[in-house]
Amino acid sequence: MSETLVTGREPVPELTAAPAPGPPAPAIPSKLEFGSPVRMEARGLRFFYGPNQALYDISIRIPEKSVTAFIGPSGCGKSTFLRCLNRMNDIILDTRVEGDVLLDGKDIYGPGVDIVDLRRRVGMVFQKSNPFPKSIFDNVAYGLKINHLCPRSEMPERVEKALKDSALWDEVKDRLNTSALGLSGGQQQRLCIARALAVEPEVVLMDEPASALDPIATQKIEELIYELKRNYTIVIVTHNMQQAARVSEFTAFFMLGRLVEHDRTDKIFTNPGQKITEDYITGRFG
Amino acid sequence: MSRSSRRKAFSRFVEVLCAGAVLLALVPLFFVFFYVVQQGFSSLNWDFFTKMPKPVGELGGGMANAIVGSLIIIGLAAAFAIPVGLVAGVYVSEYPKAGLATAVRFTADVLNGVPSIVIGIFAYGLAVLPVKHFSALAGGLALGFMMIPIITRSTEELLNLVPGSLREGALALGATRARAAFSVMLPAALPGIMTGILVALARIAGETAPLLFTSFSNRFFTTRLDQPMASLTYQIWTYAMSPYDDWHRQAWAGALVLVTMVFIFSVLARVVTRRLERMHRT
Repeated sequence: MSETLVTGREPVPELTAAPAPGPPAPAIPSKLEFGSPVRMEARGLRFFYGPNQALYDISIRIPEKSVTAFIGPSGCGKSTFLRCLNRMNDIILDTRVEGDVLLDGKDIYGPGVDIVDLRRRVGMVFQKSNPFPKSIFDNVAYGLKINHLCPRSEMPERVEKALKDSALWDEVKDRLNTSALGLSGGQQQRLCIARALAVEPEVVLMDEPASALDPIATQKIEELIYELKRNYTIVIVTHNMQQAARVSEFTAFFMLGRLVEHDRTDKIFTNPGQKITEDYITGRFG
Repeated sequence: MSRSSRRKAFSRFVEVLCAGAVLLALVPLFFVFFYVVQQGFSSLNWDFFTKMPKPVGELGGGMANAIVGSLIIIGLAAAFAIPVGLVAGVYVSEYPKAGLATAVRFTADVLNGVPSIVIGIFAYGLAVLPVKHFSALAGGLALGFMMIPIITRSTEELLNLVPGSLREGALALGATRARAAFSVMLPAALPGIMTGILVALARIAGETAPLLFTSFSNRFFTTRLDQPMASLTYQIWTYAMSPYDDWHRQAWAGALVLVTMVFIFSVLARVVTRRLERMHRT
């Protein structure tokens, strides 16, 4: 039990018993034209939970100010990969990373990298909203406080901006000092987004941010993502294919720890390059 | 008998069994409390709280020095044990697999089972022998050693109940591991931890043995921490062993005050816990 509590996430069991049928062909190094500079890039990334390999040679480039969606069946490694992008897997015992992940051309696994600074630059929103048991204001101000990002006097201003950016301000402006746990599920998730935005990250990773929400709350989150990509680079893991199609410009399809295909979202959904991608998208498995 | 009525009869039987067990647990408690109140209340008067002990043979007097002494020694123990216990509990909960954590956990459990007189002897060797005289500090140290394992273990258990997703949330905002533990995890578990601390306080408040060769006793009123200091439990013990009726009465009164103190700690634990919990359930 303590193991789960520490990690918050169990190693993905399906992967440990990698099935015999040949894994899908590795992705063709994409010649994608992004139309904007590359913000993050993985090169030959491999990831291990103890002796079990969970990711195989993932290479992908993530352009800035756009939304990249990761899709794939449960246990395909998309969340694991997402968590490699801000080194969230570091806290899980007995894990190992090989290969490079570059943020603005610098390897985040390289020596001398300040992991605290990395996580400030690459923010994260989790599947299950996890507001701190503090007031709404203190939740949003938390990142600012611990990183000493602004003087105390500027705090209210920054908090207000973050809450406006996450489209929550009008709903909470009169009760900033009440507990965040009193918010609805959708509001809590938007609060977590506000909290992540407050420290002004460059990249925002979202791990199935709407999977626990009802359709209306989901729609709000999607509209929000659409707004946010003007200023932020967003990577979103989703199980919901329509969601990927609605919010993202680029889609990466993962399967059995490999990146199968990475292309423009419209291409993936209308004319995928791999048979297996088509099978997944059309719901023939997964 | 039909199946359903047999089932109902069995359910009834278990209910009665449970109620019986509860009664059995409560009866001694009730008798102790009743007897202490009955015996102590009549000897309790204002003098008892404000006056010093009278010399042998003189009637009257009180235990002002012992009441204040007890509070001081318990306060010392808390000041020493709460920070140590909390930090140790946080460490053990954050790094449950670390070798040191296993050692801490094991040591805490052993320490919890060590007879309190042995703890007293340990504190004697540590804080009395080197300076060659008894002191309130030594008493606080001894009681503190008894509190630490209770606080460590309860802190660990309560921290383990806090969802790990909160820690990840803090780390993802650029918090260090320590920062996340102390600014997010610990406050989230605080209501329960407060209860653990107050339970530990209530537990040590009634100890006599660890004080025998540490804070010893003092016929006079003192607040000097480097001097021997009177305490309620010690005073009760001495008075109860004496051949004087008046001292016996005072011992009962002392016992009543002590029980009331422990009772207040427990009620306080409840109130504080509920208040803290309610803050985040609006």
